[in-house]
Amino acid sequence: MKAMPLKPLLALALSAPLLWLAWLIVVDVQSPGAGLGPDAGETLVHYLGEWSIRCLLFAFAISPFRHWTGMSVWIRSRRMVGLFAFAYVCLHILSYVAWYLGFQLSALLEDLVERPYITMGMLAFVCLLPMAVTSTHAWRRRLRHNWQRLHRLIYLALAAGLIHLWWLTRDGFAELVIYTLCFGVLCADRFWRRRQTMAAQATNA
Amino acid sequence: MLIRQPADIPSSEITSESNYLNRRQFMGAAVSLGVGLVVPGAAQAGLQPDDEITPESIVTSYNNFYEFGTGKDDPARYAHNLTTDPWTVKVSGEAAKTGEFAFEDIIKGLTPEERVYRFRCVEAWSMVVPWNGIELRKILDQFEPNGNAKYVEFKTLVRPSEMRGQKGFFSNIDWPYVEGLRMDEAYHPLALMVTGIYGKELPNQNGAPWRLMVPWKYGFKSIKSIVSIRFTRRRPRSTWEQLAPHEYGFYANVNPAVSHPRWSQATERRLPSTLFAPNRRPTLPFNGYAEDVASLYEGMDLAKYY
Ligand code: HEM
Repeated sequence: MKAMPLKPLLALALSAPLLWLAWLIVVDVQSPGAGLGPDAGETLVHYLGEWSIRCLLFAFAISPFRHWTGMSVWIRSRRMVGLFAFAYVCLHILSYVAWYLGFQLSALLEDLVERPYITMGMLAFVCLLPMAVTSTHAWRRRLRHNWQRLHRLIYLALAAGLIHLWWLTRDGFAELVIYTLCFGVLCADRFWRRRQTMAAQATNA
Repeated sequence: MLIRQPADIPSSEITSESNYLNRRQFMGAAVSLGVGLVVPGAAQAGLQPDDEITPESIVTSYNNFYEFGTGKDDPARYAHNLTTDPWTVKVSGEAAKTGEFAFEDIIKGLTPEERVYRFRCVEAWSMVVPWNGIELRKILDQFEPNGNAKYVEFKTLVRPSEMRGQKGFFSNIDWPYVEGLRMDEAYHPLALMVTGIYGKELPNQNGAPWRLMVPWKYGFKSIKSIVSIRFTRRRPRSTWEQLAPHEYGFYANVNPAVSHPRWSQATERRLPSTLFAPNRRPTLPFNGYAEDVASLYEGMDLAKYY
């Protein structure tokens, strides 16, 4: 399976929601409401929020996928998947700032202080930011094994992202339960794998 | 077939779109002359000069009615399954006339009037809708509530076979949906029991065959598809209050000054809110009906009784 073009396929799959959104925007510009519904801002925030959490979980699932499938191509796509997730989160926040807040800085500050689910979302974003910034090869070399350590922030980012979601969901928890289960399974997988390697090291010693 | 409009005058003839415009201009003139509104409960009570009627297609396709699902488009998609005829309403509690009543008997002889009200959802969006309905006090009076009646409680139908949202495994709402008002609120002339919109029969997704419309409160107070009216001494606990008491109070008066853990209530998006015309505007105390209703809450700390 050496020639499997996984990365371009993934790139296509991850851009599909953006292309669809672009299409909806084109439709909406021509006939307001037809693409994005009566409340365009809400549609954008929710749509981009959904794809943020899905892409983040997918990025988190890459290394287990490598182990489960035995295909190392996954790892070569991991940075791209992570950056896609980051892009969705940025657009999610941008839509919120533009259409919910009307670019009012004071409203943003108020939300960050008074609304815990926003604070939690921001915490997730703040965790993602250094990972996105240091995603280049140059940074990776510069940070050496600290780079790996830095990437443990993904746990915190996902946890905060999910808490953000639990706090803002009022009813209809089906998808949220699925996302949370995915996170749980992926964490458990890492935990077992670590225990196994540690046990192996112990017997080798 | 239920007859919900005076049969001989189609209401489209009573008020055409252009009449709304004229009336709005009149309103603007009246306000600028300092005349203000004389009659509380007049059809255009408190309408602002820049209020424009929301297109009917939005009002009938963009709904929060969790009995049919949590998506805004779920009610329009699934509510057609609801049987609204026959419709029985149970009246109970502190009143002389209690029992089960057929919906058409309750509204018989009462002529719906048209009221254009703003509708402000707690999710920070709003609409302007021409409602057709009967003043709530005229409905309640029929049952002759007694002196012990301090509150009136309403309940929505429970019928999972026709309301798919009530079947949900991942729903934590304890059906039926419950709402309530203090008696003086319920007897305020602005409080309306709605049986139609835009001069037509009330669509199922908007709460057929009848729903409450309390324009100075957040939309979730205006309970839909009502099957029970109960007069009580004790304050009922409404559904959202049960689910999240810190977020949703019993009064739920529209108030830009009272912060909400979910949404800043300072501004609202008036629908349609589009990419280049978000139509954001400041939210008004009591949704702009303060002049008419603020006296109901005199001496109350509205930050405490939110
Ligand atoms: C990793 C970071 C984040 C993820 C994964 C995420 C995900 C989501 C998801 C899935 C939704 C719900 C969409 C729906 O109900 O259909 C949502 C809603 C929302 N998010 Fe985020 N979010 C993140 C960060 C943020 C940040 C930093 C902010 C603001 C500073 C924010 C503001 C909002 C708002 C305002 C809503 C909508 C609430 C409403 O309309 O009631 N999010 N987010």
